[in-house]
Formats: sequence, structure tokens, C-alpha cells
Amino acid sequence: MIEAQPEFAGFTALYIFMLAAFTGYEVISRVPVILHTPLMSGSNFVHGIVLVGAMIALGHAEGPLELTIGFFAVVLAAGNAVGGYVVTVRMLEMFKSSKGAK
Amino acid sequence: MGLAQVMALGVDITYFVTAFVFIYGLKQMSSPVTARGGIVIAGIAMLAASLITFGVPQIRLELDINMVLMLVALALGSAVAYVSAKRVAMTDMPQMIAIYNGMGGGAAAAIAAVELVKLSGGGVSHGLVVQVLAVLGAVIGSVSFAGSGIAFAKLQGLLKKTTRLPMHQFINLGLFAIVCVTGFWVATGQPVVFAYVVVFFLVALALGVMVTLPIGGADMPVVISLFNALTGLAVAFEGFVLDNAAMIIAGTVVGSAGTLLTQLMAKAMNRSLANVLFSSFGSDSGAAAEEEIEGSMKEIQAQDAAIMMAYADNVVIVPGYGMAVAQAQHKLKEMEGLLEARGVTVKYAIHPVAGRMPGHMNVLLAEAGVEYDKIFDLDEINPEFPRADVALVIGANDVVNPVARSNPDSPIYGMPILDADKAQNVIVIKRGQGAGFSGIENHLFYADNTRMLYGDGQKAVGELIANIKQL
Repeated sequence: MIEAQPEFAGFTALYIFMLAAFTGYEVISRVPVILHTPLMSGSNFVHGIVLVGAMIALGHAEGPLELTIGFFAVVLAAGNAVGGYVVTVRMLEMFKSSKGAK
Repeated sequence: MGLAQVMALGVDITYFVTAFVFIYGLKQMSSPVTARGGIVIAGIAMLAASLITFGVPQIRLELDINMVLMLVALALGSAVAYVSAKRVAMTDMPQMIAIYNGMGGGAAAAIAAVELVKLSGGGVSHGLVVQVLAVLGAVIGSVSFAGSGIAFAKLQGLLKKTTRLPMHQFINLGLFAIVCVTGFWVATGQPVVFAYVVVFFLVALALGVMVTLPIGGADMPVVISLFNALTGLAVAFEGFVLDNAAMIIAGTVVGSAGTLLTQLMAKAMNRSLANVLFSSFGSDSGAAAEEEIEGSMKEIQAQDAAIMMAYADNVVIVPGYGMAVAQAQHKLKEMEGLLEARGVTVKYAIHPVAGRMPGHMNVLLAEAGVEYDKIFDLDEINPEFPRADVALVIGANDVVNPVARSNPDSPIYGMPILDADKAQNVIVIKRGQGAGFSGIENHLFYADNTRMLYGDGQKAVGELIANIKQL
């Protein structure tokens, strides 16, 4: 694999950041009000991806302090992901009955 | 290609697909019909991303202390969150979102903490930019973590009073300054001084607490939404630190989407975000500007109210937070059925900030089985009020206060309201005679066409049902 130039890699990340920001704005702007709370809950679940980072942090943690912090990172992140998912699904499940009627 | 390269490729592909599916899933959530499918595929992507993460080079696939802790942490966090999320009542959803969001913010801050502690122990720095981003993510994550905790405590009723210290904003400014200075030292430190890291995190957490403490319960949804956006941003920053594109994309998408959502909420309340964060509502303004109210509150009995509605053509129900507290949504649905059987057209009018979050009322009504095509938001329903025979206001107050249209001195002046006062008759179900959340007298209650039906929401609707049945 060709090693990317550091400056280029930094700018690529910046481009990703910009495009993702616009994407988020666009995706939300067409959501009806009735879905705002489920959507907030859903986006709350999506940033549960922090779990991946927490696992990496704990994975290369060294020494008791880093291990302890890493442990809490994974507990919290897992809670964010799982809790966010269950709450969102529970909310959206309630829209199911009316869907069947339509 | 060796095994390591295959593994690395697999990780990259999975993260890429995960990022795509997250955006697609959020997009699916923009319609009630596809919303559930959206969250389910996002969930599958999350599971795949977490599992493939065991394949990254930073994680050693052997049963060492890191792996044991990881498995215990995963099991513990998931189990606690799963049980609590399953048990919570629908009315308590906002605070659960707050607490899970806070956990995400805490996790982002903790990731930064691990990296910064590593640097203070002589770890190799990945450059100034990475260090700065780690620090930024740490501040935002810590504030979101501590602030969400306070928001949870307030909504859960664990923390009843709105605390305001003397010179509160100056203390906050001081804390912010300390965070900036220590943050700067940590971000540019070569090597990073451990003591600064500790002070930096403690003060950042304190700042989160102090910023949230003076904010009243009515503003909490805006604040939770803001913290949600902040957590997204913190996750994105830590994604840069760990060179993880999935975290960058998902975090940024949530950051910008959450910011927009926060603005929508603040706008619906006719308040700027700065106003929500730095001034407490109705505490000092308002009372002096009150104009004299003409008329008096006129009481009505459930029997008369039932007759009024049963012989109407159009009834519009305006639910508010009081309905949520009284858990009256199931009774409302039952009454809707009875009225429709008599040929009455029933519609629900939802103010954008009714309840504790935009869409909170919709969720509760959906829980009771009310079809979403009977639920209308402000712009759709307002032209219909003059044609409505009865507007039934249940547990709503400020969102139907005509003062918002008429009195420029009122703190809620300019806030879009539901024009319930324009209906032929207005029935207000209310527990007592007190003012609403904002502490502003509601002129609707004194209007000639308004009748007050006192009592707990659920009980009152129950009596209405009993009376309609007898007709």
C-alpha cells in the first residue's frame, strides 16, 4: 500500500467532515415533526459508534489507570449503543399499527 | 496479501458500509412507514462494526487483561442499558435519551483521556492537530456527559430545584477560562503534563454541571438535543484521533443533524439558543408586563362538556405535557372512538414544543393507537380552528395562550401558538387554577367561549367517556 502524505490525509479527513456535516443537515431537514423525538433518539444511537473507538482505546491501554478509563469508556459506549437502539425501536414500534391500517 | 492485510481490508470495508448504512438508516427515519426498518439496519451495521473492531491491530486477540476487561465492559454496559431501556415508561423517554447520550459523551471523553494519559506517560504524539482534536473532543464530551447527567436528574425529578448561584454566569466564564488554559497546555504539551490533564477533565466536568444547573425543565429538550449534537461532534473528533472514518462520519452527521434539530426546537419556542442557555425563563420578566385580564374562569361539569362534544361536528384535541403526566392518552383514544361512532370528526393538534420534546406527544398518542393521519401540526391545524365546534385543551397551557399574539410585552410574545381560542367553544381540562410552566397567566382561560373542566387529565377524560356513553 502507498503511504498517504500526512497533509493529504489531514485534508481528506477535513473533506469527509465537511461532506458528512452537509449530509446530516440534509437528512434531517425533511423529517416531519412527528418523528423528531424518535429521530433524536435514533441519532443518539448512531453516535453509539463511539463504542468502536472505546474498544480500540481499551485494546491498546497500558497500566492500571489507562485500563480503568478504557473500561469505563467501553461500558459507557456500550450503554449508549444498546440503550439508544432499544429506546428508538420501542418508540418506532408504536407507529407500526397505523402503518398496517393504511 | 498476508492475513493482517486481509483483516485490515475487512475492517475498512465494514466501517465504510457502516457509515453508509447509518446515513441511509437516518434517511429512512424521515418517514413513519420506513422508520423502523431504518433503525433496524443501522443496528445491524453497529453490531457488525463492533464485531469487526476485534480485528483492528490495536486489539490483541488473546485473553489478556485488556480482552477480559473489554468483554466484561461490553456485557455490563449492554445489559444495564438493555434492561433500563426496556423497562422505562414512554413518558420518561426524554430523560433516557439524555442519559444514553451522556454515556456516549462520557465514552468520547474517556477515549481522549486514555490517549492523553498515554502521551503524559511518554507515548508518541501523532502531531499537534491530533492532540488539539483530542482535547476538543474531551471538553465537548465531558460537558455533554456531566450536563446530560444533570438533565436526566432534573427530568427524573431527582433534582427538583433550579439552582442559580450568585454570579453564576461569571463562575461559568471562569470555569470556561480554566478549561481553555489547561486545554491549551494539554493540547500543546510536549510531553503532556499529567496533572494538567487531571485538572482539565475535572474542570470540564464541572463546567457541564454548572451550565446545565440553572436551566429550567421546560428548556430541557433543547438542551438534550444540543448535548446530542455535541456528543456527535466529540465522537467525530475522537474519530480523527483514532483515524477511524466510521466515527468521523457518523459523529459529524449526528453533530450537524442535532444542531439543526436543536435550532428547530428553539425556534418553535421562539427563543434563541443563547437565550435558553444563559437566561432562566419567566424568572424576572413577565409579571410586571401583565395586562389586566377581563372576565373570569367559568367552570363546566363533565356532563355538559360531554354533551357539547357528542353533538359537535368537529372536535380538535390539543394535548400538552399535562396529558403526558396524567397518562391520559389511552383514555383520549377511547373517547375519540366513541365520538367518531357518533359521526364527530376528531383531530389532534400538536404544538411543536408540546410535551417535553418535539414529537413527544406524537409518540404518546401513537402508543395509545391514535393513527398518525389524525395528528396535525401547527401550520396544518390552525386554519381549522374557526371551523371546530369544540377545542379540547388537555394539559396544555402556554402553547395556546393568545397573549403570544396580542401582548408584545409578554415573554412568550411572538411564539407561534395553536389558535384554540378561535374555536366556537373551548374546553380546558386542567388540574387547578395556577399559571403554566412559564408562570404567565393564560388569557384563553378567561375568554367568553372557554369553559374549565377541573381535574386530573385521565380522570376527567374518564368522566367524559362515561357521560358520552350515557347519551
